[in-house]
Formats: sequence, structure tokens, C-alpha cells
Amino acid sequence: MTPSPLVQELILAAIKVALVIGALQGLFSLMTWIERRTLAFMQFRLGPNRTGPIGILQPIADGIKLFFKEEVMPAAANKWAFLAAPVVAVTTSFLAVAVLPYGPPFTLPRLEFLPEWLWPSWLWGRSMQLQIATIDVGLLFIFAITALGVYGVVLAGWAANNKYSLLGGLRSSAQMFSYELALGMSFVGVIMLAGSFQISDIVNSQMSRAGGWFLGWNCFQQLPAFLVYFAAATAEVARTPFDLPEGETELVAGFHTEYSSMRFALIQMAEYVNMITVAVLATNLFLGGWHSGIPGVPSEGLFGFVFWGGKVAALLFVFIWLRGTVPRFRYDQLMHFGWKVLIPVAAVWILITATGVALAGR
Amino acid sequence: MDAILFYAAAALAVGSALVVIGQKNPLHSAFALIVTLGSLAVIFGLLGSPFIAALQVIVYAGAIMVLFLFVLMLLNVKREADAPGRGARTLGAVAVVLVALLFAQAGAVLVRAEPGPAPAFDASTRRMAEILFSPQFLYVFEATSILILAALVGAIALAKKEL
Repeated sequence: MTPSPLVQELILAAIKVALVIGALQGLFSLMTWIERRTLAFMQFRLGPNRTGPIGILQPIADGIKLFFKEEVMPAAANKWAFLAAPVVAVTTSFLAVAVLPYGPPFTLPRLEFLPEWLWPSWLWGRSMQLQIATIDVGLLFIFAITALGVYGVVLAGWAANNKYSLLGGLRSSAQMFSYELALGMSFVGVIMLAGSFQISDIVNSQMSRAGGWFLGWNCFQQLPAFLVYFAAATAEVARTPFDLPEGETELVAGFHTEYSSMRFALIQMAEYVNMITVAVLATNLFLGGWHSGIPGVPSEGLFGFVFWGGKVAALLFVFIWLRGTVPRFRYDQLMHFGWKVLIPVAAVWILITATGVALAGR
Repeated sequence: MDAILFYAAAALAVGSALVVIGQKNPLHSAFALIVTLGSLAVIFGLLGSPFIAALQVIVYAGAIMVLFLFVLMLLNVKREADAPGRGARTLGAVAVVLVALLFAQAGAVLVRAEPGPAPAFDASTRRMAEILFSPQFLYVFEATSILILAALVGAIALAKKEL
């Protein structure tokens, strides 16, 4: 019996949600280990290499350790807000991934040897894409969710009733708030060139330019926007050199000073998922998504997944590399850079792109 | 499906709006207001205008409310004064009249409305832009931007005595 189309869609959506969230959680725990190992090699250390072969089971050990730690809540904390803050942080970070395409569209194979309950015939030859929700304003949705992500930080900082938390929370939210503007403005040129808010449209618009060569990608066509995006996104997810939220030397641990055990792990997870989101978004918007960038080299199906995954992995590595390389900004330098460098550059670039689009068409 | 979502969002909007005015702690009110704005965004989305829904979240819930919270947290306002101030009775009477007027208006709309599905209208991003940048609204739109910019410059000039 074939289920109705609505039920089919719901089943597929549920599988996609499970796949994406599962993959992100797996990648999060793997990233904590990869980051520590890579940083260690950059600093002539070994890093965690004791748990399992080359230390790959370290995330599991960390997880178990955090799980069995005592959950401390300050007596003077606002209980409700203190519990809500990590939930808000995790929810917003997992909401933003819903509208991102993961890899190219593909066609499900006809696997007739599999039993009907495992691979039902209505799946055969169905073309689909690993994207949970395809909405008209995909990019704006991500931007809206990023704007809400600030609340996790604000709530956590305020609820703990600790002066370091509060200062850290204020500082982090001011940072996220300032760099959100530059982040939003860096999208504008890309949207104008593609003529759409939909992320898959933006990916495909990059393929037709420059004869299908990688020079048509937005990171070359929109170089200033790409640089602004990368700086603003790094600040938005609070990675070095913009990791002031956890300026240990001055604020203990910033907004999550009072968080311990699994609540701390949730905040960590939200931060890593945000970092992965930012890398996926950069791949789709600026690095040509799943396109190979060389005419003749196929970018459909499995090839597309390889190219797409490679680009995301390269960007994630750059984040770790930056952490191992550059020192932290001072707070006034951070504000100066955000408001007086990034935003003017982005604004001038929007004018230039708009003029180009108006004169030449797309 | 749409009806369920609508009633859920509407109930959440009204409920959290009541919390906004009923809470003594201004921070709780601010958090409830964020929920109200978010549920309004859901209703905009259900009305077929994802663009306005996204703007609602970005501008109101994301930008303006963060500033509210910022000020509340910096000033460290704990509680409103419990005792009613002077003129509370007069204000209360005015509020009762206004609420009655609001309910009368809503009732009039409900009585006059014709049953049946809402007329279809195009609220897509493209259509919005066409309306906003048509000669009819273009100058008003641009004048509003200049007004906001002027307010910003004014605020900075007031806050910083020496530029």
C-alpha cells in the first residue's frame, strides 16, 4: 500500500531532520577532538591521544565526564531564565540549519532487491535534496534566527546573577549585535546577483558565470562581501580573534561562568553547531556550493557531495587555524573594526554591486 | 494544519501579551514581549508573507528587544514600585474606556465580515518590493529612511557632547 503524498512528505521530512540533527551532533563531538588535536600540533604538542586509537574516542570520554558532573545553580540565580538559556541557545542553533541545502539534488536509486518495507517503491527514482525546509526567504530566515541567537547569551549572562556573567553577557551580545549588521549587509550583493533569497538558487547562479569556472563563484565575484562575511561570521560565532565572550583573563568565562555539567555542554554544542552553520552557509553562498568549478568535472550526485563536504571541511579547518594563529582583539578594537571598517566596506560594496547590476543586468 | 498553527500562535500571542502587562519585573515583561513578537511572525508566515515574518523577527524580536533588554540589564531595574502612583484611578478609567472601544471595534469587524475563505492576495517578496518601490510609495519610503537616519544622528549628538 502506498501512503498518501502528504504522509510520504512527512516521512521524508522526519528522516531528513533525524539525519541532519544526528550528523550535526556527531560532527560537533568530532570537531571538539579535531580542534584540540590540530591546535596541539600547531603548538608542538600532542593533544588528546590516549582514548581509543589516536584519541578519537575522547569526545565520548568528555561526554561521560560532563554527564556525571554536578549541576550547580547559584542560589541567587533566576531559576527559570537560568534553565531556559541553554535551551534557547541550542534551539536557535538547530533551527538555522533547517533551510540550508546539504549537498546537491540527487535521485534515489531503484533498489528492487530490498524488501518493500525497507525501500518502498514510492521512493524509487524520486529526486530530492538534503534540505529540511525549502522556503521562499531562506537566507532571511537564517538571518532572523541568528538575530534570536543573541537571547541565549543575554539570558545566560543575566540569569546567573553573577557580575562576571552579566558583564560577559552584555559584552557578547553587544558584539553579536554589532557584527550582525555587517553580516546582513554582506549578503546583499550576493542576493542582488542571484535575484533570489533561496539558497539553492544562489548556489546555482554561481555555476553559470565565467563559463562554469570557479572564477564565477561569489568568493571571487563578490570578494569584498566574502571577506566581510568571513570576518563578521567569525565574530558572530565568537571564534578567535573575536572570542571576547570568553576572555578568561578578565571575565572568568564570560556569560557561561556559572554553567556546569550538561548545561555547559549544551552551550558548547550550540557554539559548535553555529560554527558549522556558518561554514555551510559560506560554502553555499560564496564557494559555489556543490559545483566543482571546472567545466567537465561532474558535480552531480556523489561528486557534488564530495566537493561540498570538502569545502565545508576546509572552512572549518580555517576556523581552527585562525584560533591557533591570531591573538584576541581588545574590546575597543573589536567595536572599531565592526562599525568603522566592516560596515562602511559592506555599504560601499553594495553600492558598487547595485550599480553593476543596474547597468549590466545580471 | 494551518488552522491549528494559527490558533496556537494566536493563543501564545495573546497569553504572552497579558504576561507583558501583568508582570512586576520589567525583564520578565520584556521576555514575554519577545514571545508575542515571535508568535506574530508565525501568523504573518501563515498569511503567506514569509518576508514580513522574517522582518518581524529580525527587526522587532532581534534588534529592538535586544536593546530594551540591554538597557534594563544595565540599569539593573529590579521591580516596579508596588504602590499605585497619583492619578492611577483616572488612568484606569481611561484604560477601561479604551479597552471597551477596542472590543467594540473588533466586534463590529466580526459582525460585518463575510464568512468564507480570505481573499487570495500576493504577499511575496517580489510583490512587496514592487509596491514599496512604485512611484506611489517610493518618496514616502525614502523620506522615512532619512527620518530614521536623522533620529540616529540626533541621538548620537545628544549622547556625545564632544564629537
